[in-house]
Amino acid sequence: MVSNRMRRPDAGGTRMSRRRALALLTAGPVAAMTWTSAEAEQAHEHATQARAQAQPASAYKRKFFTAHEYATVGVLVDLILPRDERSGSATEAGVPEFMDFMMVDQPRRQVAMRGGLALLDTLSQARCGKRFVSATDPERRALLDEIAYTSNADPGLSHAIAFFSSFRDLTATGFFTSKMGVADLQYVGNVFVADWTGCPDAALEKLGVKY
Amino acid sequence: MQIIRQPKLYDVCIVGSGAGGGMAAKVLCEAGADVVMLEAGPMWDAAKDSKMSAWSYDSPRRGAATPSKPFGEFDGCLGGWDIDGEPYTQAAGSTFDWFRGRMLGGRTNHWGRISLRMGPDDFRRKSLDGLGDDWPIGYDDIKPYYDRLDRLVGIFGSIEHLPNEPDGVFLPAPKPRCYELLIKQAADRLKITCIANRLSILTQPLNGRPACHYCGQCGRGCATHSNFSSPSVLLPPALATGKLRLITGAMAREVLTDPSGLATGVSYVNKADRRDYAVRARIVVLAASACETARLLLNSTSGRFPDGVANSSGAVGRNLTDSTGLGVTGHIPKMEHGVAHNEDGASGAHLYMPWWLDNKNLDFPRGYHIELGGGRRMPGFGVLGAIQRFNGVGGYGTSLKEDYRRFYGATVNFAGRGEMIPNPDTYCEIDPNVVDAYGIPVLRFHAKFSDHEVLQAKHMQETFRELIHTMGGTPLTPMPTRAENYGLENVGRIIHEVGTTRMGSDPSTSVLNANCQAHDVKNLFIADGGPFVSNAHKNCTWTILALAMRTADHIARARNQGTL
Repeated sequence: MVSNRMRRPDAGGTRMSRRRALALLTAGPVAAMTWTSAEAEQAHEHATQARAQAQPASAYKRKFFTAHEYATVGVLVDLILPRDERSGSATEAGVPEFMDFMMVDQPRRQVAMRGGLALLDTLSQARCGKRFVSATDPERRALLDEIAYTSNADPGLSHAIAFFSSFRDLTATGFFTSKMGVADLQYVGNVFVADWTGCPDAALEKLGVKY
Repeated sequence: MQIIRQPKLYDVCIVGSGAGGGMAAKVLCEAGADVVMLEAGPMWDAAKDSKMSAWSYDSPRRGAATPSKPFGEFDGCLGGWDIDGEPYTQAAGSTFDWFRGRMLGGRTNHWGRISLRMGPDDFRRKSLDGLGDDWPIGYDDIKPYYDRLDRLVGIFGSIEHLPNEPDGVFLPAPKPRCYELLIKQAADRLKITCIANRLSILTQPLNGRPACHYCGQCGRGCATHSNFSSPSVLLPPALATGKLRLITGAMAREVLTDPSGLATGVSYVNKADRRDYAVRARIVVLAASACETARLLLNSTSGRFPDGVANSSGAVGRNLTDSTGLGVTGHIPKMEHGVAHNEDGASGAHLYMPWWLDNKNLDFPRGYHIELGGGRRMPGFGVLGAIQRFNGVGGYGTSLKEDYRRFYGATVNFAGRGEMIPNPDTYCEIDPNVVDAYGIPVLRFHAKFSDHEVLQAKHMQETFRELIHTMGGTPLTPMPTRAENYGLENVGRIIHEVGTTRMGSDPSTSVLNANCQAHDVKNLFIADGGPFVSNAHKNCTWTILALAMRTADHIARARNQGTL
C-alpha cells in the first residue's frame, strides 16, 4: 500500500509520552503549538486507542432478520462480494450483522428488505423448486444473472432488480466501511498530518497535472 | 405566568452563542461590559465531545445519518432539520427547510468554514441592476472589521485582486489535491476563474491555536481548535475576562420592554425545569439566527408593540432569502484506479471558483460561486452507492468487487451557491395555531423562487456538466428539467438564511439602522444574519462575524460616550 503520511524524515522514531499526547489532544486555545510529525501521529494513536477501549467487542445478537432470512442474507452478500486475493468476503467483514443493525436503526428500510428477500425465494421456487438458500450455487447464480443487472429490462423482474440494487448498495456500505473494506480500497487517510505537502508525484503524474 | 426574575442587572444580554453572539460577547466583555448569554442548547466541548478521527467502523451505523444528526452520526452539530418538541410549519404550497443548531456555538459547529467577504458591488445591487435594495453601509465601512476578523480567527487564501471578491489577510493556502488540479485544468480551458479557497482553517499557528493537522474532518468538530467555531475562538477570550455568564438550555421566549419602549431584558424557558425566567439588561443583542430572532421579536407583543418588538415597519420576517444551491457529481475515467495516497487535506476544497461572468450578458441578474469536491475520502455510509451509474449494469461477484476498487475516488462534484433576491412571497411569520413544547408560538414559512433563481440554476447545471465533460467524464445524474427548477434545493436547504430584520435608512421599510440598532428600540441590536439587506453568494458567516464585531464596537463606544 502506498502512503504519504507526510512524515518528516527526522521524526520517525521520536516517541511522546501518553501524557503529552493527551495534553496535545485536549489543549485549549491557550497552548500555542505547531504539530511535529511524531506528536501528530502519537495524538492520533491516542485518540484511536481511547475509542477502542471505550467499545468492548461482543458477539452480535440478531434483532431483525429471522433465522431463514439471515441465512439468505449471508449467502447473498457473499455472492455479491466474495473473497478474492485482495480481501475477504462480505460475511467475513461482518456485513450481515451490519444489515441487521441498520434494519433496526432505520425502520423505514424493513418492509422493502423483508419483501425483497421473500420475492427472492418466490423467484427461486419458481425456477428450481427450492428456496434461495437451498438452491445449488449454479441455480443461485442463474437467478442473480437475471436480477443483478439493471440492463435487464424484463418488466416482470423490475421489483427484484430494484431490490437487488438496493441490497447491493447496503452490502457495499457494510463491506467498504469495515476495516477490511477500508484497507481493500487503500484509503490511507484519517491520520494526523504535520505538514501538508500536497499529493505525491505518482498521483500527479497519473492525472497529468503538476504543481 | 410566574416568571422567576433574577435581580442582577447586566450591561448586555445576548441571545445565541454562535457566530454573531460569540463575537458580540468577545468584543463587549473585552470592553468591560457585564454580559449574560442565553443559549438554547447544551454545553459542548470539541476537545472531549468531537468524533474527530473516528473510523466508520467504530460505529455499527458506519456514519449513517440519524434524525438528530442529518449530516451523519459523526457530525459535530446538535440540532438538525427536525428538532423534538420544536416544530415549524409551512404555508400551503411552500417548502422551506430550516436547519437549527442547538448547542454551544450554534451552527458555527456546522459549516464548511468557507469564509468569503462580500464585495463592493454586493452592498449596492439595487443601484447596479434595480433589484432588491442597497445596504445602508458600503464595503469601506465593513472592510476594517473583515481585516480584524481575518487576523483574529485566521483564514487561508490567495491574493488575487479580483474586483468584487476582496482579498483578505490570508495565511498561506494549502496545495491543491491532484484531482483539484485536474478540475482547474478544465476550468482554465473554459475560462472559469479557479483560485485558492478561502477557509477559516489555520495553516499556521495563530493566537494560541495550533495549525490544522489535515484529517479532513472539520465537520465533526475540531478537537485541536484549528478551525473556526465560536466556542473554539470567540467564547474562550470572552470567558477569560470573567465578565461573561453563560446560561445553556435557555430557550428565549420574549424580549421584555418597559412602558417607554426600551428593552429591559429577555425572558426564557429553562429547558431543565421548564419554568420561565427573566434576565435584566441595559442592552439586548439578538443573535439567535435570522429566523429565530424574527420569531422572538414577533412573539414579543405588548400594548406598545402590538405587532412585535421593533416591527413598526412590518419588515420583521420579511425579505427572507437563502443561498441558491444545487450539485452535480461526475465520474471521471482518468481518476479510476487512483494512486493510493492521503488526500483528506484541510477538510473542504482547497480551490474554488468565484463568480466569473458579467450578468449584463446573461438572462439572470445575480451570480454564484462553485464549490468542489471529490477524490478518495474516508469510505462512509453510502460509499459507491448505485454502482450501476458507473459500470452501467450493477452486477455481482468478483468483477463487481473489482469495479468498486476501480471507481472508488473517481468522482468530482460541483456545488453552486448563488444569490437569491428577496421577494414578497418568501418570509416567515408566527403560525397562529401552533406552539412548541415550551408553549412558544412557532414560525410558519412561505417560500418561493423567482425566475431569477431558476435561470441561475440552469446556468449552474450547464456549467457543471461542461466542466465534467471537459474533464473527459460523465455526469451521474441527468439534466433536471425546468419543471424541477433545474435541481434547485428548497429554500433554506443551503442554511444561509438572512434578511428577516434588515438594515436600512428608512424606518418604514427596515428594522435596523446602519449600526444594526432597532429603529424602534434604541437599546436593541441584532447580530446574526437578520440585518443583511441582500444575500450575496458569499456564504454569510464571515459577514455575520464582521457585522457583529462592528455592531459590538458601536455599542461599546456609545456606552462609553454615554449616548446609550
